[in-house]
Amino acid sequence: MKSVAVLKKPKMITGVNSFECSFDAKSINESFARLLVSAFVSQLDPTVADMTDLKTAVSEAVTNCIVHAYRDREKYKNARVYLSGVYFPDGTVSITVKDKGCGIDDIKQAMEPLYTTSPSDERSGMGFTVIAGLSDKLKVSSDVGKGTTVTIEKKVFGG
Amino acid sequence: MYVNYETEGKTLTVHLYGELDHHYASLLRVEVDARIKREKPKELLLELTNMVFMDSSGLGFIMGRLRKMQKNEGTMMLVNPNRAVERMINMAGIDKFIKIIRKESVTK
Repeated sequence: MKSVAVLKKPKMITGVNSFECSFDAKSINESFARLLVSAFVSQLDPTVADMTDLKTAVSEAVTNCIVHAYRDREKYKNARVYLSGVYFPDGTVSITVKDKGCGIDDIKQAMEPLYTTSPSDERSGMGFTVIAGLSDKLKVSSDVGKGTTVTIEKKVFGG
Repeated sequence: MYVNYETEGKTLTVHLYGELDHHYASLLRVEVDARIKREKPKELLLELTNMVFMDSSGLGFIMGRLRKMQKNEGTMMLVNPNRAVERMINMAGIDKFIKIIRKESVTK
């Protein structure tokens, strides 16, 4: 199991509230995932900016599952994205996006700005860079052939 | 996502509404490129006043259209992107290549 932690591990405190769900890895569900996360995070009454940051980060991670993890649609007939979230008393939100797709061989390379596996598809290669830029912590762990888990953490209010 | 078009001389304005993600970017790309091919504009304006959300797929879409316009010796500008969208553009460093303008009244 290869794992690259951009910043230190998420702390182990019991969450105030959490959710867990899964949906088909279809591009139409990218907006569904954003809506779910906004509805969940809105319980904390975040600023519009913080909310947008989280929505964007989740959108990137879910898009990655759809365009990368499950790109071999013949092989992954029942491709699903697993989305879960939890928030803590201090206002820290942690969202996990998981797939059971092809996995990432070189996580460091995948996270480099502008690195893209398919320039012809007009991928900007900025997915992970955007997630890292908009969140406080980002953890990516991946097993080739088994899947990838991306955890995004962000504190959404001052207190 | 919702889109409509306006042509004035050699300027094609594309008005975008809603959220631009990977799903809509791939649909929009085909549509906008067909317009460019048909109308051969010298100037492409992406009017973003009502585009409330964009992720890196949107950046890919913008960069792709910019490249296309440059290839045809044309120019491209973004009109009224919101703060979040502008932040994405700056984060990707494409603000160096693309002009952002503010317009008070936007038709349509």
